[in-house]
Order: sequence, then structure tokens, then C-alpha cells
Amino acid sequence: MSSDHHIIPPTYLPIVGSVAIFCTLFGFLNWLHDSPYGIETLVFGLTLLLIMMFFWFRAVINENLTTFRGDKQMDRSFRYGMAWFIFTEVALFGAFFGVLFYVRHVVMSFLGGVPGNEATHYLLWPDFSGDWPVLTTPNPSKFLGPKMAMGPWGIPAINTMILLTSGLTITLAHWRLIEEKHKVAGFWQLCTILLGMAFLYFQAHEYIEAYTEYGLRFDAGIYGNIFFILTGLHGFHVTVGTIMLFVIMIRIFLEHFDEHNHFAFEAVAWYWHMVDVVWLALFVVVYWL
Amino acid sequence: MADQPEKGLMRWVTTTNHKDIGTLYLLFSLTMFFVAGFLALIMRTELSSPYLMIISPLTYNQLVTSHGLIMIFGAIMPALAGFANWQIPMMIGAADMAFPRLNNWSFWLLPFATFMLMSPYFLNGPPADMGWTFYAPLSTTYGPPGTDAMIFGIHMLGISSILASINIIATILNLRAPGMTLMNMPMFVWSWLVTAFLILAIMPILAGTVTMMLTDRHFGTSFFNAAGGGSPLLFEHLFWFFGHPEVYVLALPVFGIISEIIPAFSRKPLFGATSMIYAIGGIAIMSFVVWVHHMFTTGVHLGTQIFFMYTTMIVAVPTGVKVFNWMGTMYKGSITLEPPMKFAVGFVYLFTLGGLTGVMLAIVPADYQYHATYFVVGHFHYVVVAGLYLGLVAGAYFWVPKWTGRMYSFKVADWHFWLTLISSNITFFPMLLVGLAGMPRRIPDYNLQFTDFNQIATIGAFMFGISQILFVICMYQAIKTGPKAKKIIWDGAKGLEWTLDTPLPYHTFEKPPKVTGKTYV
Repeated sequence: MSSDHHIIPPTYLPIVGSVAIFCTLFGFLNWLHDSPYGIETLVFGLTLLLIMMFFWFRAVINENLTTFRGDKQMDRSFRYGMAWFIFTEVALFGAFFGVLFYVRHVVMSFLGGVPGNEATHYLLWPDFSGDWPVLTTPNPSKFLGPKMAMGPWGIPAINTMILLTSGLTITLAHWRLIEEKHKVAGFWQLCTILLGMAFLYFQAHEYIEAYTEYGLRFDAGIYGNIFFILTGLHGFHVTVGTIMLFVIMIRIFLEHFDEHNHFAFEAVAWYWHMVDVVWLALFVVVYWL
Repeated sequence: MADQPEKGLMRWVTTTNHKDIGTLYLLFSLTMFFVAGFLALIMRTELSSPYLMIISPLTYNQLVTSHGLIMIFGAIMPALAGFANWQIPMMIGAADMAFPRLNNWSFWLLPFATFMLMSPYFLNGPPADMGWTFYAPLSTTYGPPGTDAMIFGIHMLGISSILASINIIATILNLRAPGMTLMNMPMFVWSWLVTAFLILAIMPILAGTVTMMLTDRHFGTSFFNAAGGGSPLLFEHLFWFFGHPEVYVLALPVFGIISEIIPAFSRKPLFGATSMIYAIGGIAIMSFVVWVHHMFTTGVHLGTQIFFMYTTMIVAVPTGVKVFNWMGTMYKGSITLEPPMKFAVGFVYLFTLGGLTGVMLAIVPADYQYHATYFVVGHFHYVVVAGLYLGLVAGAYFWVPKWTGRMYSFKVADWHFWLTLISSNITFFPMLLVGLAGMPRRIPDYNLQFTDFNQIATIGAFMFGISQILFVICMYQAIKTGPKAKKIIWDGAKGLEWTLDTPLPYHTFEKPPKVTGKTYV
């Protein structure tokens, strides 16, 4: 087996990507510090990053359609790459789930004065109850808590159904793709995208409701912090996932895939299932319990 | 496609060749090593007398922070990635890394990230001054404006490390030559496989932590503020859940390098190769359950402290297995002491000393005494400078002749070794002693009784810093005027990289070699 065709020609894409990420973050930094050209640099960086990613994926797709078509070893490399990328994403979510666990079970018992830890409670904030969700923060003059917490049976339950259904539709798309029925597969892929968008619509609705009616804001004490950082990070992943599903749908209609060569589809499906599973965990520990 | 690299400067910007990228990593690492080392020398100069001499306490704190962050993320990790890039494809018989474009990006994020990290010295400053551990609330409520640039720098460094690790795992798992089974892989490759796994598990946690810092600083959250229901202790848990495995991220690849060098110069197979692999795995798994040993004095529950004391002691077991196996490899070997072997033996000796002081720190009641003293500084630098740095230099002396096709002067390398060995002990041993005597760390001024030992440490530090210039001279001479190196440079060295011509062709193993038998026989 000769692998000399695996050698990739030199490329300008990464250096452009580095400049783009640097500009994005540097613009953000300047914006935070009211330094000049903050937003401008940020928008420039993001645009450049998107353009770079477009050309990067275009290069990979072109290679996939020509030189590397049916290359088993290349296919396996992408599988390992995507699997470990998902592993690192799970670790990222794990960090925030860990924060939730620690705050609920350790911090609340310290600040709330469970037996054995009364001293901290009486010295710092004797009025703080230590109940979860935290509606009254230890120091309400600095961090005004929300009026109500998020319940699970309403939008979150609908969203759970939506994501579970999208897991079904993407599997149907996969089965049809293996049968090389491109149009039907594309239809199911479109359904998945629409479900993803519906999820995002409901989540946006929920956020607006949280801000306007619940008084549940990003700065409303630890309950709001954790709620928004976990659901926000997840929502960001749904957004990225939906964009990826869309690109794959176009590729399905362009008949880029056949029975044996459709790892791009599978990679996105893996990602989508990861987002799905994370949501289930989120639904249980953030909304329900 | 082409067998020759492109001409001109853009070759280095656009390259997708693992050797070019390895070179970039190593040169960047060496530069940052001197930059951060220079910061350390400013601090040592300040500490040469027990009053404020040349810099203010604020500047001192900024230097401590920059020195730590640059050394860890700008010098050591890129050096390890440089060795990985050069060696892994050659050792497993692959043409290149699995994702060459991504490989380029992993490197080229680094200079931008480091610039971001250092930018508060010029822009949006003053720079971060709370130490490389940037504990909340020093970094949130009381953090200077430059903390934000540090946060974004860490985000970029995290992306770089994660991309590099994905690439390394995919390369190792997928591009091995036919016949090279996992248990038959060279030890350096094994150590990087486990390291890459560690990086993928912990880097996102650091990224998440600094993101929470950012929102605490600018968007009104209270993750690390008890007034809103959060906890500053939460920060320490998150940081050390990242931070402790990070220490093994730095150490494991160096263990791998040493496990290649010692068998080569003992002319014996690595003693207990299989147990070495399990020891690497054991260290990696245990590294996730020891983090609270950094936090014994923070008021965590006593039972928790005892638990983490025992787990920390347990990590010493697989580490001890490794040291024992290196000794077992040397036992009754026909040892010759060329420069790489000198450094490797120096590594084993000094790293063990660093490790043993670590066991002292693991003991809860003793740690109450040692915590936040110079003993911790001494321990850490014995591990990282006297240990890991020696190991990295050993790797360079071992493989650079193969990479460049030129031999360096053994005389200069020997001078480099002895000066490094002696000066690192002169620098760091007094730190252990003043630490035991009670000198606190991270302050520019100290009690008069500590003067003598601090002056000795300062002299040692300058000796150490100046001796490292010998390394640059040695390598420069070799590349410019060194004699041509043979195909098999060290007669005891085994492995696929030695089957290649010297100097190495630009693309190696365009056709994968067939591996039969064991790597270490």
C-alpha cells in the first residue's frame, strides 16, 4: 500500500486561521476595555475565521471526492479525529456539570450551615438558606436572585422531545443514505435541521421569558450563572450542529456520498447525538432535579 | 508531492511537513525558554539581597506569573510537541502526521497565543500578577486589567494543545506500519499517546475555568464569589483538576525520551517494557484523583485530605516502577556515557530527588508546614528544571544529529552537562532548605536569616542561565560546521528512525516499512 499521496501540499489556511482567532479575541479584549476598534476587530476576525473555515472544508471535501476517495486509512484517521474531538467536548461539558454538582452539594452546605459547618454560615450570611435553586443569594444587595426557577415541564420537555425526534430523523437519513436514496435521505436530513431550528427557537423564547418574567438573568446569582452557562454552551453546540447538518444536507443532494463513503455524514451524526445526550443530562440535572 | 521543501521564508509558514513543524516547535520553545529564563534571572537578582533592590513587589508578582505561564505553555509543552512531531511519524513508520494542515495550525496558534499572553506589558495592562495558578478572587475581583489577555491567551493555547493532541492520537492509532502492534510501540510513542489523552481530558476544563473567570470579571456572574452563591474554592478545585494532570502532561513524554535513551547506551533492551506501559497508564489515571493535595491548607474536609494524601502516595508507585526499570536497564549493561546518556542519568537522579520531595509534600501534617514556602518552589523546579529540562536536552543530543545529519562537539556538550547539573543543584537545593526554615514563596523581600542561601541560589541561577548558552552554541556549531553523522549514530539505538538515511529525506516512509519482532530486542 503506497501512502505517498497522503502528503498534503503547503497551505496558507492555518496562518490565516491564527490571525483570525487572534483578531477575534483581541477585538473582544479591546471591547471589554473600551479600547479603540474593539467591535471592528472582533467582526473582522470572526469573518476571516468563517472564510478560512469555508476554504479549509472545501479543500478537505475536494480531496475526499478526488485523491482520497475510498481511502480506508484516511477514513479511519477522520474517525479517530472526530471521536477524540467529541471526547474533549464531553470533558468541557463535564467541567460545567462538575461546577453544578459542587455548588449544589458542597457550597450550599457550607453557606447554608448544615450540621458541622454552622460557623461559616453564622459568620458570613446567617440569613442564607442554602436551598437549591438559589432564589435569594447570600448577599442580595450585590447579586439579586431570580423570582422563580426554571421548571422542567414546559418548553424544556418539548425541547427534549424535539431533540429525541431529531435523533430518530438523522438515523432515518443515515439508513436511506446507505441505500443511496439521496433524495429521501436529504428529506430526513432537512427534518433534522428543522427540528434543530425549532429547538433553538424554543430556547430563545425560554431565554426571553427567563429575563423578562422570571428575573432569571446571567448575573442573578449562582443558579442563573450555571443555568445560562450550561444551556448556553449547549445551545451554541446545537447552533454549530445545525450549520453542520445543513452543509451535509447540501452534500447529500449533490450526491457526494455513497454506501461506503459518507463519514462526513456520520461525523456530524455523532456530534448531533453527543449534543442530544448532553441535553438529556442537562434536562435531568438542571431543570428537573 | 515534491521531495524538496519550498524555498524561502514562506516554507515555514505554510509547511505541512512534520519535520518542519517539529523544528518550528523546538525553536519556538527554545526562544521562550530564554525569555522566561530571563524573567527568572530578574527575580533572582531581586532576591540576592533582603530588601527591595531593582523591582517593585508588583513587578515581581507580574514576573512570577509570566515566568510560570511562559515556561509551562510556551517552553515545555511546545518542546514536547516538537519531539512528538519529529519522532512519532518516524518511530511508527508513517509518512507524516494524520492531519498535516491541522498540525501546522497547532503550531501557528502558539506565537499568537504567547503574544496575547504578553500583550498587557504594552496594551490593556497592567499584566496579570497573581501567579501562574491565578487563584480567584485575585484574578476575578482583584485581577488587574491584563488578566483578560491572559484568559484569551490560555484559550488559544488550549485550542493549540487540543488540536495537536487529536492529531497525535489519530497518528499513533492509525498510521502505524504493518506489524507494529500497540504493545510493541516505542516507549516515547506510548508516553505521547497517554499524554494526548490527558490533554484532551483536561484542557477543556482549564478553558471552561478561565471562561468562568471572564464572566465573573465582566458579565456579573458569581461562580467564584460566595456573595452570589459560588465559591473561590471551586476555582481551586477546577484549576488543580486541570493542573495536576498537567504536570504529568509535562513529565510523561520526557519519561518516554529517557526510556529510549537509557536502553540505547546500556546496550540492553528496556527492562520491563510492558510494566513501563502499565506504569504510564497508572500514572495517567491516578493523576485525576490527587488534585486536592495542592489544597490541604484551604480548609477542605479532613477525610478528604487523608484520602488525597493516600492517592498521592500511590502515584509514587508507578513512578517508582519507572525509575526502577531505568535502573534495571542500566544494571549489567555495557554503558557508555555519551552526552545524551549523561543527561539521561542526570535526569533519573535529579527527577527522583524532585519526586521524593513531592512525597514529603503529600503528607498532610508535613504539608501544613511546607505549604507556600520555598520548599514547594524547590520541589517543583527539581522536577521541572533539574528533571524534565535535562530530559529534553538529552532528547535533543540524542536525535538532533539524526535530524540534521551533523554531529555536535562532545566537548561542548559535556561542559554543558556538568555546568547544568552543578548549577541546577546550586540553584534549587538552597530553596529546599530555606523553605524548610520557613521562607515564604512569591515575595521579593525576606528575613535577613535567609540571605546566604538566597545568594547561593542566585549565583546558581546565573550559572545555570549562562550555561544554557552552551547548548545553543553546541547546536549551532553542529549544524554549521559539524562533521557528517553516520546512519546509525548510537550503536545501541533501536527503532525505525535509525533505519533511515542520514541526513533524513524530507519525506520519510512514503512506503510503510514492515515491522517484525520487538522494538526493544
